[in-house]
Amino acid sequence: MDVLEIARWQFGIITVYHFLFVPLTIGLSALLAILETMWLRTRKEEYLRLTKFFGKLFLINFALGLVTGIVQEFQFGMNWSDYSRFVGDVFGAPLAIEGLLAFFLESTFLGLWVFGWDKLPRALHAACMWLVHLGTLASAYFILAANSWMQHPVGYFYNEANGRAEMIDFWAVMFNKVQLVTFPHVIMAAYMTAGAFMAGVAAYLYVSKRHEHDRPLYRTAIRIGAVAALIGGLGVAVSGDFQGKVMTEVQPMKMAAAEGLYETTSTAPFSVLTWGKLDGSEATPIIEVHGLLSFLGTGSFNGEVEGINPLREKYKEQYGQDPGATYYHAGDYSPVIPVAYWSFRFMMGLGMVVAGGAAALLWMTRKGRRNPIMGWVGWMGISLPVFAVGANSFGWIFTEMGRQPWAVYGLMTTQNAVSPGVSVFEAATSLIVLTLLYAVLAVIELGLLAKFIKIGAAPYEETPEVPVGGNDDDRPMAFAY
Amino acid sequence: MELTTVWFALIAILWIGYFTLEGFDFGVGMLLPVLAKDEKERRVMYNAVGPTWDGNEVWVLVAGGATFAAFPEWYATLFSGFYLPLLLILVALIVRNLAFEYRHKGDTDSWRARWDRALILGSWLPAVLWGVAFANIVAGVPIDATKEFTGNLFTLLNPLGLLGGLVTATLFATHGAFFIALKTDGDIRHRARALGTRLGLLAAVLAVVFMVWIQVRTGDLSSAVAFVVAALALVGALIANQAGREGWAFIGTFVTIALAVGGLFLALFPDVMPSTTDTAFSLTTTNAAATAYTLKVMTWVAVAFTPIVLMYQGWTYWVFRKRITTAHIPDHIAHTGHTGHAAVTEHVES
Ligand code: HDD
Ligand code: HEM
Ligand code: HEM
Repeated sequence: MDVLEIARWQFGIITVYHFLFVPLTIGLSALLAILETMWLRTRKEEYLRLTKFFGKLFLINFALGLVTGIVQEFQFGMNWSDYSRFVGDVFGAPLAIEGLLAFFLESTFLGLWVFGWDKLPRALHAACMWLVHLGTLASAYFILAANSWMQHPVGYFYNEANGRAEMIDFWAVMFNKVQLVTFPHVIMAAYMTAGAFMAGVAAYLYVSKRHEHDRPLYRTAIRIGAVAALIGGLGVAVSGDFQGKVMTEVQPMKMAAAEGLYETTSTAPFSVLTWGKLDGSEATPIIEVHGLLSFLGTGSFNGEVEGINPLREKYKEQYGQDPGATYYHAGDYSPVIPVAYWSFRFMMGLGMVVAGGAAALLWMTRKGRRNPIMGWVGWMGISLPVFAVGANSFGWIFTEMGRQPWAVYGLMTTQNAVSPGVSVFEAATSLIVLTLLYAVLAVIELGLLAKFIKIGAAPYEETPEVPVGGNDDDRPMAFAY
Repeated sequence: MELTTVWFALIAILWIGYFTLEGFDFGVGMLLPVLAKDEKERRVMYNAVGPTWDGNEVWVLVAGGATFAAFPEWYATLFSGFYLPLLLILVALIVRNLAFEYRHKGDTDSWRARWDRALILGSWLPAVLWGVAFANIVAGVPIDATKEFTGNLFTLLNPLGLLGGLVTATLFATHGAFFIALKTDGDIRHRARALGTRLGLLAAVLAVVFMVWIQVRTGDLSSAVAFVVAALALVGALIANQAGREGWAFIGTFVTIALAVGGLFLALFPDVMPSTTDTAFSLTTTNAAATAYTLKVMTWVAVAFTPIVLMYQGWTYWVFRKRITTAHIPDHIAHTGHTGHAAVTEHVES
């Protein structure tokens, strides 16, 4: 393996891992803020109990999102230094702004929320969680703006003299049209994921014998989570449709790869299931919907979708021979087709399963329904969040691998992005150390989640009413490490 | 003033923010095994920095991001060059942060002991390594004409680099001891005060040697002034500590760290990473910088938002201003965000 290959593996593993936790953080912070606000409004005990219960799970998850994020920030300089030199002018700004606007907000107000139950007036305490959520949204916005620029560079000038991309229009970078469709999609996916998590965990507890006495509580949680998952599901479908159109326009190769469409076609079909090789020699669609791909890509059932082969020729003319052609087994200017094809389908498929599961849970817990839902619902409970998280990962794998061989679309190939001064030994050490560490952390995190889910929500306990100036007495802290 | 100079100064300020704030929570972690005599006292130490350590750490993330944006070449050369030390720092920060978040979530002594080790190691490593890194940045490292670092891990482990590591480690430990003396009460407060004096004397000797060395090598008048005031502040901190003025002692080490780091940046300017191979290859505030447009955008953002950040971070310290004692630590670990629900846990596990 050379440094490039190691660096790519590391980026893929490290980033997908980071993104296992991120959607839950974004989505759960919103749900927690809503729950706590509902408690303030209604003073119903169950809302406070759920806030505290899911708050605990949220913190277990947040910890890993945070530590893996630190690696993200440093990894560009460590493994992708030529990339950093080339794009720093454009790409560094959103990253720095993310830190200043988002990370400070998140970490400070989360600290206040966790330790502030007996130090802050109730409304202020709830406001802290709203601010945490605002921080996660800002974080997502700026980092996705950076990523969207890699997908579709805008607002820059290529300086021949120093070989760097230089920013000339900050607002163009912030309101890149790829960004405008990506941000809602990712946020909706996050709400869907967190909703699935809440509904799933609650469904599991609902059917558990030990928590029988708390069924009304978990029914509430199932329903709130399921509604969030359904809203998110609708959101990803609508925004995903827009994304498909923008993608067909700015990265036609990715859309062609997503369908294994080799020749330019109008009324292009969308195959739900295909048999055979996807290298062009044979592909036997089993279930196929005519015109659907055209519709996804262009908004019309007989719109023309460009195929892989003509696109390759076009790019060769435009950019010259693909320097990475021998490196990428897939050939000139195209990503690995089966990966694009299947990751696209898994994203949508798993997402639909989650939305379906959420709808089923809503139906089963509807008003007037007497008998308890059945045991297999517990299993569904466990699987819903897993599917939702999977859909996120496949979405990213599709987006990022579908962009290959480009690191910055049309400007810089991944091959040219890697650090020239880093040795195989260094890169491999980093890959091995981080992967092993992350594996251990995954075990710890899953163990902790399982443990605290099994314990379930704690009984209601009065939270102290705090005067506006804070209080100064000497009783034990409401929360302590 | 040139925007590149402004951004050099802003990045210096971000690092100063990082080292003065995370410096004391590193110190608290480093001193955990010596200052705390039992489980309750250990928890006092964890909780003394509980609400704020995460906010402190963000300073380094913003410093990194700002370097990326304002001086892309510096970011690229530094992070790809100091590869293995940075990897070690990353691993240390990861296990350290998780120690804060996960230690209280387990039920056994061995679980807690393991996270204590993670906290201690995770605090010592970066405390030493950041000093090694900064000493080398200021003194210069081999950099070739393509702006690539050509040394390896052992290039960095030279006498000056190692001394730099000892200086940051002892300074942070002193800073942490003074913080514990300021934030707690009871036995641990007195122990922290006594230890702070001894550590502070050691730090003073090492820091003075280090600062003189740097000053002779690359310093100018401004860095000399910063270093002298830093040394005086440390002396003042030690005197205040002896007199039982804990607030002043803590402010003293705060100023020491701020000015020592500030002095390093002043000694560095106008280079950002001098080359020992050939001074023509040095990275400077001009040849490593982003374009004027990017710097202008970033300046607006920084001017608009930094005061807000400082305000709410300051407010957090105000909210959690009270001293913590063993009496504040609930008997049972707060699994639930409540007190006294350990019974629930036991019920499940039986
Ligand atoms: C719960 C997660 C989830 C679900 C159910 C979906 N997506 Fe998605 N999708 C993502 C989570 C995601 C993601 C992980 O968040 C991605 C990766 C990058 C991005 O912008 O969002 C993504 C990327 C992504 C892209 C690639 C954009 C690009 O590379 O420019 C397209 C075209 C779609 N999605 C379209 C859809 C459609 C049509 C869906 C179903 C109806 C759908 N997604 C469901
Ligand atoms: C702003 C956010 C992101 C940026 C700037 C970014 C940037 C990059 C870069 C520089 C690479 C290395 C070049 C390459 O090998 O393709 C890469 C690859 C990759 N990224 Fe992203 N990425 C971002 C977000 C994500 C997220 C959130 C995920 C998934 C959870 C992800 C998944 C991947 C994967 C799987 C690869 C490997 C692709 C391959 O090597 O073929 N990325 N990305
Ligand atoms: C590859 C590029 C990425 C980098 C450099 C990066 C960087 C970071 C860093 C440094 C943190 C820790 C912040 C803290 O200390 O509080 C973090 C957490 C976070 N990141 Fe990422 N990230 C990347 C990808 C993404 C993407 C694509 C998203 C969103 C769509 C995202 C959303 C978040 C959120 C919401 C958090 C805070 C919540 C948590 O810690 O779980 N990140 N990220």
